[in-house]
Amino acid sequence: MLLSWIRGPWPWYVSGPLIGLFVPLLLVIGNKQLGMTGALRATCAAIAPSDIDFFRYDWKRSGGWNIALAAGILVGAVLAVATLGGGSTPAISPHTRDAVAALGLASPSGLVPAQLFSWRALFTIRGALAILGGGFLVGFGSSYAGGCTSGHGVMGLATLQFASMIALIGIFAGGLLMTFIVFPLIF
Amino acid sequence: MTVLQSPPSRSLDPEKYAARVRAFSPGRELVTYAAVGVVFGIVLVKSEVVSWYRIQEMFRFQSFHMYGILGSAMLTALVSVQILRRLGLSSLTGERISVPPKLLGRGYRYWIGGLIFGAGWALTGACPGPLFALVGGGASVFIIVAVAALAGTWVYGYLRPQLPH
Repeated sequence: MLLSWIRGPWPWYVSGPLIGLFVPLLLVIGNKQLGMTGALRATCAAIAPSDIDFFRYDWKRSGGWNIALAAGILVGAVLAVATLGGGSTPAISPHTRDAVAALGLASPSGLVPAQLFSWRALFTIRGALAILGGGFLVGFGSSYAGGCTSGHGVMGLATLQFASMIALIGIFAGGLLMTFIVFPLIF
Repeated sequence: MTVLQSPPSRSLDPEKYAARVRAFSPGRELVTYAAVGVVFGIVLVKSEVVSWYRIQEMFRFQSFHMYGILGSAMLTALVSVQILRRLGLSSLTGERISVPPKLLGRGYRYWIGGLIFGAGWALTGACPGPLFALVGGGASVFIIVAVAALAGTWVYGYLRPQLPH
């Protein structure tokens, strides 16, 4: 019974607190602050430091843990999909279904729309925009802001940092601009 | 000044500290974080925060799901951090638990960087954590999204001296 419950979709009041608990867990293990942007920086420092100041630091010592965490996330996601019923189509609001249809995308199936995120889509204009352009914005923006949803949104706000509040407002404004201004132009 | 710092009276004596550091070798440390990551990856997928559709739903204000998750995650973290502060614990590696403040400066990096990242989040439906989860559990093409994110990080590093912070 428990397993069948776990295999179903988790309500927000279960997943949210679970995600929040990773903040004290990482502090207690090794005084680490939850965040994923550091993994991107450390990976760049490992493979192409190119004499750039931002990448000239002891990435093994200060970013190795972050890369290990990212690798773990990848494996965890494989397990969640293979054994715990993860990756099924989310029960999104009918309004969002309509909005997705209005963008010219097929009705939701799986976690991401295949018309944007598939190897075939990579060779279409809007697929390439989403995959290459979107990925670039995520990496550039989160590194520039010094954190992402986890680092600023969860960790930063939980420690009441004003900088994270500003970042979060910026993040939200950027998402709204993309959704309501840019989407109608590129779809 | 730090945002969170345990009181010095309860920090470990040097001998215990050394013992803990010895027990927590770099290899064991990486395995520990990878194991934490596995559980985190499962939670990210099962909570559906890795779903492009859920992110669209959030930015269109059409469901409470994402707001409930982010809000309760933040509250849980806030309460835990306050408890940790009062307990004055050291980490398993023997360090005093402390969170350095994020330096505000002129604040440009936070809103401009946030704006750019937010646009990318809405477009890909993935922030850096979910990005790795989607490589494993979503669509294999997310490996290209991840490479593009690395390229973005690299270009930021390259341009950093010229950007306002």
